[in-house]
Parts: sequence; structure tokens; C-alpha cells
Amino acid sequence: MENIVSLKNIILEFEDSERILKDISLDIRDKEFVTFLGPSGCGKTTTLRIIAGFLEPTSGDVFFEGQRINGVPPHKRNVNTVFQRYALFPHLNVYENIAFGLRVKNVPEKEIVRRVGEMLELVNLMGFEKRSVNRLSGGQQQRVAIARALVNRPKVLLLDEPLGALDLKLRKEMQIELRRMQQELELTFVYVTHDQEEALTMSDSIVVMKDGIIQQIGSPTDIYNEPVNAFVADFIGESNIITGAMPEDCVVEFTGRRFECVDKGFEPNETVDVVIRPEDVKVIPADKAKLTGIVESVVFKGVHYEMIVDGVDHKWVIHSTKAEPVGAMIGMAVDPFDIHIMKKTEED
Amino acid sequence: MKLKYLSSPYLVWMVVFILVPLLMIAYFAFTTDSGSLTIKYLSDVGQYANIFVRSIWLALIATVICLIIAYPVAFILSRMDKHRQGTMLMIVMLPMWMNFLLRTYAWMTLLANNGIINHLLALAGLGPVKLINTSGAVVLGMVYNYLPFMILPLYSVMEKIDGSLFEAASDLGCSSSQTLFRVIIPLSMPGITSGVTMVFVPAISTFIISRMLGGGSNLLIGDLIEMQFLGNSYNPHLGAAISLVLMVIILVIMTVMNQFDPDDQVLM
Repeated sequence: MENIVSLKNIILEFEDSERILKDISLDIRDKEFVTFLGPSGCGKTTTLRIIAGFLEPTSGDVFFEGQRINGVPPHKRNVNTVFQRYALFPHLNVYENIAFGLRVKNVPEKEIVRRVGEMLELVNLMGFEKRSVNRLSGGQQQRVAIARALVNRPKVLLLDEPLGALDLKLRKEMQIELRRMQQELELTFVYVTHDQEEALTMSDSIVVMKDGIIQQIGSPTDIYNEPVNAFVADFIGESNIITGAMPEDCVVEFTGRRFECVDKGFEPNETVDVVIRPEDVKVIPADKAKLTGIVESVVFKGVHYEMIVDGVDHKWVIHSTKAEPVGAMIGMAVDPFDIHIMKKTEED
Repeated sequence: MKLKYLSSPYLVWMVVFILVPLLMIAYFAFTTDSGSLTIKYLSDVGQYANIFVRSIWLALIATVICLIIAYPVAFILSRMDKHRQGTMLMIVMLPMWMNFLLRTYAWMTLLANNGIINHLLALAGLGPVKLINTSGAVVLGMVYNYLPFMILPLYSVMEKIDGSLFEAASDLGCSSSQTLFRVIIPLSMPGITSGVTMVFVPAISTFIISRMLGGGSNLLIGDLIEMQFLGNSYNPHLGAAISLVLMVIILVIMTVMNQFDPDDQVLM
């Protein structure tokens, strides 16, 4: 697969403010579903707006199908955007909103009728043609916004937190819908979200960002199983993050005890972050365990119980299908391959 | 709804000071001094057709100029950051803090044959130009006095337009001018219609501006009506008839104007 969009060393500074993007480089492959994931203010929407052409980077290059497109205005780029709050035209009805891009390009009326019809079918809004967009539900407005963008047959569809305003059930439905459309139409989707679950569900690859810096790029499985640092680990699902040290390869020391692990290649006694997923902590009898703690709270989460266990040096989060009584002393064990060792991130 | 009783002071006001006078105008227009019914005065209004045409024409020019000046100003204003908008709005409103007569007098001295502008022209070696007592001076006076009434309604409508709509238009292939005609103008139409109304109606019926800046040669309907009540040719019946015709003309023009206003649209 070839790259459809490439960003090379993108830096963005606003007047009298700090750097928003600090050297962003990434390649987006054709027909891929890419998600920019990160907390608010991490620069994910800004990066999207640079691809759309609403913002010009202070330095760095934007490539589209190998062509440098810095300075090309949005209306001349072969990308379309689904905006965060939809930005539907209130003076136009559903049909005219979808037909907008085609009318601007003077597409013949016959073709407009056909293509808008196709879109109405795709987003399941047949019969709503004459409806004012102000009298649609959030989910319906969302669909109009998607149809209005897709009718132009862009090579790349940019989606800026499009499901943020919808309720949970609708959001889940739309996630599957969007994925279906992307695969059916064989388009490249660039999707911005702060919801890690959404990112894991929909994406071919995820770009995790923080403070204008790309932390990790990888498939959902890679990012979940092999986070490169404690931030990514913590942002993608809950984690126990403990400061430790590596006395030698495959041995890590934390909470005053030594554990076997599978990571190597660190400096002797280098300080590291030890990341352990809550579901990887097993509850065992206290007298047989290296790690012990007192159960502080138990919360039922549907599939599992979430327990907070006070282990003196660290409060453990444990996901288990079996609840332990609050106040009980329990033992904890972790398999060597479930102990993830990461280089300490500089700032913390 | 007990609250509706709060509107009763205005209802009384409206009946006493608006409805009754309107009926009186109609009564005067259709009766003679002795009180008998007549349409003589209404048919007499026809003699002044040229004054009606001039009034409509000058008011129309002034309205169009106001719209052309105010539209970009209002747009730029509406896109500024909030606290600068307040300052700029105050600057727009500033001339209105000065008395209307004073402002118009100021233009008289500026435009006079031996006024400041002609003095400056003379310094530049250019001959005196007749500025005062022209229809151009009347239009200038109208534009100067009524411009804020165009800017304010335009601004208040434009300010509510979500900026992401312009980005959406651009994203969907609109150049700046296409965005203007396909999005900005349609969405600001309510502001255009109310701005046009607020400039056109006072402009068509003004008499001070035309008298002070237009001299005797640029009589407008307002002057004509005033003359029937206060001038030598005292004739309240004819004055009432002219007023009535003017009202009908304004009503017709406003009805046409409102056809452009998509009032079934709720602007968000």
C-alpha cells in the first residue's frame, strides 16, 4: 500500500503561545482507517486541520499522493471533513446540504440527483430530503454531515470527534457504521478522538499523541499490548504503573522485591516504569505470594470486579471475575510476560 | 399567563399614539374642511409624482451605499474576538451620541461653497466644486446619518453565524466568493432585510437632511408633508393624503423586501 498523506517534520506555533505541534512526522496509507488519539490539547485536531488546509504549519511539509500541498487552500484539496459539531448549513434542507459540494462544482443536475440519492441510501436517511436540518436528531445530523462529505468522493475523509455529541448506544452503532462505510467505499479515514475504546474498535492504526508529540504509531493490538511508555499504557486502558529498576536483563525490582520478566537491553540498575494491566494481576493466597495487600474497595463493572488493593508501596488496580471481601489480605501474582518494562518518560 | 398584563401599558400607548393618529390621518385624507367625503386630495398627490420618484430614488441609492459599506464592516466586526468587538461597536455608535442636527450642520459647513472642502481644493489648485445643495449631498447626509442602523442589524445576525460553516463551505469546494454567495449572504438575509428597512424608511421620509444639504432644489416627500402643515401652503388634508400614499409605498416595498427573508428558518 502506498502513502496517501504524509506529514514531514510539522511544527506549528501560534503567535504569543507555545508550540502546538512539535515535529510531527507520519505516513497515512491508502484505504486505511487511522485514528489520532490523545487527551484534549494534544494537537490531534490541529494535525487534522493541517491536512484539511485550515491551518498552515509554521514549518514542515504536507504531502498528498506524493505532491507537496503546503499553501493549497482547503477548497482545492481532495479531502473532506466531518466537523465536530457537524456545521450543517441551517438555510438548506437535508438534500441541499448533501448536494452542496456538487452544486459548487457545477455537477449536472441529473448526476446530483443520482449521487445524493446514493448517499441518502448509504447513511439511511431516505425520505428526509425535504427536512430542515434544524429538525433532525443528533444522530441524523451526524449522518447528513457524513453524506455531505462523502458525496464529493474524497480520497481521504477527515473526521473530527464526530461521535462526541451522541449517546453511548448511538455512538457504538455509528462506530460500526463508519467502519462499514470505510471498508465498503475503500476510502482512507482519518479519525480524531480522545476515546481509547473508540480508537481500538475502529482503527487499522492508531497514532497516540501527547503535548504535540507523537508517542506511538501502531495497530490497536500493538498499542494495547506493547505500549512504548507509561503514558500510552495508561491512556490505552487502565494500568498499574510502578517505578522500578533493572538490576540485570530479565529481572526487575519493584516494591522492594525482584521479579522475573522478559525485557532486556536496559542499563544496569536503570530506573524504569513497570506497567501491569489490571486484568493480568492474579489473586492468590497471601501466604504463597511475593506481593500482598489489603482490599480497599470493590466495584462491580459488569464483566468484572474492579478492586483497589493497598500494597503499601503501590495501590493496585485489579480486574477479576471474583470479588474478594473488603479488608481482606490477599496475595497477587503476575506472569513474567505480563510485566511490561518501559523507559522512564522524562517529565515524570 | 399573568405576564401578558405587563404589555398593557404598551397596548394603551399604541392605541392612543399610533392607532388613533393613523385613523385621523386617514380621516383627514378623505375629507374636506367641511367634513364631507372626497378623494380630491388623494388625486392631487399625483401632481407631486416627481418628488415621490426623487425621494424613492435618493433613499434607494443611500440604502444601497449603506449596505455596500456596512456589509464588510459588519462581517469583519462579527469575526473579531469578543472584547475588541465591543470597542469597535462603540466606535460605530459614536456619531449617534451627537445630536442629529449638529451632525448635519457640520456637513453644511464642510460642503459649503466657501467651506472647508472647497478651501482645501483651492489650495490644491482645483476650482470650487458645487457640493452643497446637490442630490449627492442629500445622499451623503442620509448615508452618514443612517449607516449605524445598517451595521447594527447586520452585525447582530452575522455574529450568530457559526464560523465552522465557512470552513465547511471551503472544505466542500467553495472559494471565498462562493462562500459569500452560497453561505454568508443567505444566512445574513434577515440582517439585510432589517437593515434595509431601518435605513430606507427614515431616508425616504426625511426632511431635515434634504432641506439642510439639498437646498430648495431637492425637495423630498418629507419636505412636502412638512409644508402642508407648517408652511405657507397650509393644507392638512393634502398633507394627510401624501402621508397615506407614502405609507402605502413603504408597505409595498417592505412586503417585497420580506420575500427575501426566509422567516421559516431558525438561525442557530
